[in-house]
Amino acid sequence: MSVTQAEVLAGIKEIVVEVAGIDPTTIEMEKRFNEDLEVDSLSMVEVIVAAEEKFSVKIPDDEVTKMATVADAVNFIVAAAK
Amino acid sequence: MTLINNTITQNSRILSVGAYRPARVVPNSEIVDLIESSDEWIQQRTGIASRHIAGVDESLIEMSVKAAEIAIKRAGIGIDQIDAIIFATISYPFQAPSAATELAARIGANTAAAFDISAACAGFSYAVGMASDFVRNRTAKYVLVIGGEKLSDFTDPTDRATAFIFADGVGAVIIGPSDSVGIAQTIWGSDVQNRDAITLEPSFLEFKKGKSVADVGWPNIAQEGQRVFRWAVYEMAPVGRSAIEAAGITPSDLAAFIPHQANERIIDSLVKSMGLPDSVEVARDIRTTGNTSSASIPLAMDRMLEEHPELHGKNALLIGFGAGLVFAAQVVELPPKPQ
Repeated sequence: MSVTQAEVLAGIKEIVVEVAGIDPTTIEMEKRFNEDLEVDSLSMVEVIVAAEEKFSVKIPDDEVTKMATVADAVNFIVAAAK
Repeated sequence: MTLINNTITQNSRILSVGAYRPARVVPNSEIVDLIESSDEWIQQRTGIASRHIAGVDESLIEMSVKAAEIAIKRAGIGIDQIDAIIFATISYPFQAPSAATELAARIGANTAAAFDISAACAGFSYAVGMASDFVRNRTAKYVLVIGGEKLSDFTDPTDRATAFIFADGVGAVIIGPSDSVGIAQTIWGSDVQNRDAITLEPSFLEFKKGKSVADVGWPNIAQEGQRVFRWAVYEMAPVGRSAIEAAGITPSDLAAFIPHQANERIIDSLVKSMGLPDSVEVARDIRTTGNTSSASIPLAMDRMLEEHPELHGKNALLIGFGAGLVFAAQVVELPPKPQ
C-alpha cells in the first residue's frame, strides 16, 4: 500500500491528538515529539502501535528511538508502506 | 479396558476474596533519591504515588496467612474443607518444598493438595483458570488460590527502570461450586520470543560456582519497560476481547475491569482499545499499591469491592500478563457479599 506524505501526516495528527490530547494545529512536520508536543516515551509507544495498525507497517523498536520529530515518523512510514 | 471417570461437570465461581497489604506505606519521595527521579515523573509514567513494603523479617508466608484467613472466613467454609491450594508467586525464596505447603502447614490445611505456579504477573489468572477446572471436574470442591509476592526482596532500589514499580502484598480467593457459571473460559498463552523482556537473573547456580553477590549481582527483576509496554498495549486488548466473547457477553455487560496493575497507562490504553464503556468500573489500585505481580488482581478486586459494594456478584474481566511473556484472561462473577 502506497501512501503520500500528506496522508501519513494527517493520520499521525489524528493519532497524536487521540493519545496526547493536544491541539491538532500545533502538530507540524518539524515539531519534536518530546520537547514540542509533550509526547513522552510511553505515549510515543502508543502513537507507534496505532500508526502500525493504521498504515499496516512494522516499526522496529530501534527505529522508534530515532524518531525525534514528526517528519522522522512520517518519512519512515511513507518509505515502509511502499 | 476403557477408563471411566465418574465426574459430572460442576459450575464454579469465586466465593470470596481476602487481601493483605504490609503496614509500611512508602511514598515516591522516599525512593526518588536513589534513582535521581521525581514524584511527578513516576506518577506521570506509571500512576504510582505510593506502595506497601513489607518489613525485612515479614515473610511472604506470614502475609499470605493473613490474606488466606480473611478469604476462608468470608467464604464461610472450614479449613478442613479446602481440597487444594494453588500459590502463584515468583518471590518465595525456596525452590522446595513449595510456598503452598508452608502456607498449608501454617493455616492447618494439613492434607490439601498444595503446589506453586510460576507465571509471574499472569500467575493469578492462570491459577483461577486451573482452580475453576478442578472444581468443574470435581477434582476439588474448594480451592484456595493465592497471588502473593514480596518483590522488595528481588528489586534493586537503585535500578532506575524498576525501583519505583514493584511492591509487596498478598491476595487470596476461594473458588468453589456454584449453581451457575461464575468463571467463564480462560483465554491464556505465551509469547516466548519476548522471554528476555523481564528477567530475574543471575541463576542461583552462579553462587554454587563460588561467585558472590558482589561478582554477579543478586537475582533482581530487570525489565525493558518500553518493550513490555508496547507488547501489553498491542497484544492484550485482543486477549481481553476474546475472554469477553468466550463468556458470551459484550463489553457493556461488564461491571468491572480488573487488569494486572502493571502501569496505569497500560490500563488506560486497554480500556480505550477494548472499547469498554464508562459504566465499567476500572481498577486503579496501582496508585497506592504499586505493581505486586501475581497479587495485583486479587488486591485490586478486594479494594474495588470495599469501595463499591454494589459490584458484589457482578461480572468482571480479569487479565494478567507478565514475565515469559505469558498472559491469561477470564470473565468472572465477583464474589458475593460475605454473610
